[in-house]
Amino acid sequence: MNSSVIVFPGSNCDRDVAVALEKLQFKNQMVWHKETKLPKSDLIVIPGGFSYGDYLRSGAIAGKSLIVSEVIKAADSGRLVLGICNGFQVLTETGLLKGALLRNNNLKFINRDINIKVLNNNSKFSGNYKKNQILKMNIAHNEGNYFTNQEHLKELIDENLIAFKYCSKDGDVNEDSNPNGSLQNIAGIFNSKKNILGMMPHPERMIDNLISNTDGINLFTSLLK
Amino acid sequence: MKITKQVVEKHGLNPEEFSTIKKLLKREPNLLELGIFSAMWNEHCSYKSSRKHLKNLPTRGKQVIQGPGENAGVVDIGDNDAIVFKIESHNHPSYIEPYQGAATGVGGILRDVFTMGARPIALLNSIHFGSPEHFKTKNLLNGVVSGIGGYGNCIGIPTVAGETKFNSTYNENILVNAMAIGHAKKDKIFYSKAKGLNKSVVYVGSKTGRDGIHGASMASAEFDENTDEKKPTVQVGDPFTEKLLMEACLELMKDNSIISIQDMGAAGLTSSSVEMASKGELGIELNLEMVPCREDKMTPYEMMLSESQERMLIILEEGKEKNAKKIFDKWDLDFVIIGKTTDTNKLVLKFNNIIEGDIPISALASKAPIYDRKWIKKKLPKKKVDLKKLKKIKFEDALLKILSSANHSNKSWITEQYDQMVMCDTVKKSGADAAIIRIHNKDKAIATSVDSSANYCKAYPFSGGKQIVCENWRNLISVGAKPIAVTNCLNFGNPENPEVMGEFAECIQGIKESCEFLNFPVVSGNVSFYNGTNKKNINPTPVIGGIGLINKLIEPIDHQFKNDKSVIILIGKTFGHLEQSVFLEEIYDNKEGLPPEVNLTNEKNNGECVLELINNSLVKSIHDISSGGLAVALAEMAMGTDYGVKINKPKNLTNLFKYFFGEDQSRYILEIEKNKLEKVEKILKKNNIFYENIGTTQKKYFEIQGEFKSDIKELYKINNQWYNNFNGFTY
Repeated sequence: MNSSVIVFPGSNCDRDVAVALEKLQFKNQMVWHKETKLPKSDLIVIPGGFSYGDYLRSGAIAGKSLIVSEVIKAADSGRLVLGICNGFQVLTETGLLKGALLRNNNLKFINRDINIKVLNNNSKFSGNYKKNQILKMNIAHNEGNYFTNQEHLKELIDENLIAFKYCSKDGDVNEDSNPNGSLQNIAGIFNSKKNILGMMPHPERMIDNLISNTDGINLFTSLLK
Repeated sequence: MKITKQVVEKHGLNPEEFSTIKKLLKREPNLLELGIFSAMWNEHCSYKSSRKHLKNLPTRGKQVIQGPGENAGVVDIGDNDAIVFKIESHNHPSYIEPYQGAATGVGGILRDVFTMGARPIALLNSIHFGSPEHFKTKNLLNGVVSGIGGYGNCIGIPTVAGETKFNSTYNENILVNAMAIGHAKKDKIFYSKAKGLNKSVVYVGSKTGRDGIHGASMASAEFDENTDEKKPTVQVGDPFTEKLLMEACLELMKDNSIISIQDMGAAGLTSSSVEMASKGELGIELNLEMVPCREDKMTPYEMMLSESQERMLIILEEGKEKNAKKIFDKWDLDFVIIGKTTDTNKLVLKFNNIIEGDIPISALASKAPIYDRKWIKKKLPKKKVDLKKLKKIKFEDALLKILSSANHSNKSWITEQYDQMVMCDTVKKSGADAAIIRIHNKDKAIATSVDSSANYCKAYPFSGGKQIVCENWRNLISVGAKPIAVTNCLNFGNPENPEVMGEFAECIQGIKESCEFLNFPVVSGNVSFYNGTNKKNINPTPVIGGIGLINKLIEPIDHQFKNDKSVIILIGKTFGHLEQSVFLEEIYDNKEGLPPEVNLTNEKNNGECVLELINNSLVKSIHDISSGGLAVALAEMAMGTDYGVKINKPKNLTNLFKYFFGEDQSRYILEIEKNKLEKVEKILKKNNIFYENIGTTQKKYFEIQGEFKSDIKELYKINNQWYNNFNGFTY
């Protein structure tokens, strides 16, 4: 499977996700933000980091960059797009995913291992997980507090488009297990066609027992099916 | 502008120094030249008070590739891999403007590391604040922590370890020391020494603004009631631009375009150009109208003294300019040829073809003043603390009070504000005795820790200096690493005060003694004097940042208990030294007496034997015993796990508190599985190591037989509540 990782000035998880993709047998290419054409790729990844310093609003400038208009075209034609952390923020800025990521409710950057629950395993991204499986993942963000309007929230729920929710070690989804104030503990969502996934936790950080665990591997291997 | 007495004084130069300048120039300097002398001759850049003592430190070793004198130290870790690292202070700016001060401290130290061709792989910090009750502490603490996080998180380098301490000695002068570690190829290290005539001197990075003018001179003066007026001298950090600059420099370093490279840190364009020319024994000529400026009508004086961040000076090989420019264009950074190297041995500054300044390089560098400042030996207390006179306290109350104190409570509320995992090579992070960072794509790793013991150093600078090196060494051993080398950040008061100078001289003596004995050379560092306000000096606070190597990373080890019913072994002798301990400070506010003395032979033998045990996979978990003694160390091993301990009441116990809270040195606690005990004891005996079998691990409870029993969840709770209480303070 071919993948492309988009590199903006200020992306800083680009190498990490490339390492994960290559380890799991993707043929990966890095794509510089000034490019105007995407290489042939089945999966496009927008990595974490601080694109353009996030000085305006997280992901706002990246959402208007040259390569992103190509990403939008590809996504519209059904290509798989994965946005992690800053990548999720970029996707909401482009409108490919609805809603917004506000500042964490404690107003501080949070880097911590948290638990998430797989709500929908019926997607290209999550097929190798079990439904309601509890994963341990790492978050590292200042703006991960997901918010959307009631109409869209209803759509997310009715059409089963919430991919992951923050939960406790035992799977309880409640205020205590919500690290950043996200609406309904939402940690990741799909678009209506489920070819786009945006998520705040970093699956690429969870592929190696020596530094963490391997809970992120299935997200990448699901795509290989 | 006429150079009056007042103008000279404003530049931080004394009358003798000014007359030396006149002699060196054989004339009066103009304002630009005076500014340049002021920038180069201040304490921060010239090390004029410290140089004489720093010379005593051991700086060589089999693995040392580059010792002090370059942007950072470099050590060899085998297979053509090198580690580049350094620690630096940003105390004064952080007190004036905590967020930007701390952020630019991180930015500055990162540049020192990637300037040498290394990709930064880890950040550490040592931050010291006044007492929690002081009205400024909360603001300073939150600002500094957000600043460190803001910069490191954005640029994408993990902040993996550090220490945060509180003591009223820092009420009016906090300490912010940042350390960076990078990984380079041994045959691809870049230096600042210029070579060759008529080579292009290139300015890259951010534009120059009026920020930070005279920053280095500010950092070389004490604070007073007008400190707030110094705000404009603090630089503003832009981690995004630094990320671009780092990537662009590392890209340019892939081929052979660079002759020499130097970041513009303290004293900006002045110190970088003088440094390069001085090391290369060349001259340098700059055309200042070419300097990219952020603001209109900037004068040569402002350009030369600006401390705008994220800038570099590069001397390029002939014919490489076009290709180099392409790289910086790609990253949207300025790239301008602003001068050339010459054979005049002078710094010549032109502005629109008019010579504005002309100074011999030697006058700024090798002929800068060096002082042999007067210093006096510390008077040592003769009296010992009489424990019998102290009010009685229950063991339980003492332990809980220490675990819930500002200094010993869990600091994850700080470290969670730093991205500790980006780059995906962080094996062990803050909270462990030392962090472990894997070398990317390899199965080896480095360990690193920063340590200080200001109370010990205040009571007896010589033994304090000795002790911090040993403590750092012990922390590296405790994660299974072989210690290689250190960097140090020496934070002291006013060097013109003979007592302060004495603290400095004696601390260095102590550091020297330990580093020599342990074969643990000092390869880089920084001195920060004038930490004090209105003649009140801070406690001497040398900070040691050490690096160790784990050759084959198979099963990383840490300090958390792993199993039920393991045997607990205490390595090293317990005498019960309570003077200068956390116990006496926290419970009785008693700061009398001498700190514990380190026996270097025992230190080395114990540490090397522990390393042998770890390398033979005989140890399940391990923790060194430091401040707080045995009781606190055991609690730290238990909290956050499912296992506590059952500690036998020691035979021959004369005083419970001396045994459990004494801070005797060179000790470790080891968790050993029962079936490995025999092998472990054999190795300990073979090496003549003193050890005691003090108890076992058990589920759920932390227990000292006949004295104390508590659910470890309770201890954990108490250990984690300080910050919430602190946050609730109202002023």
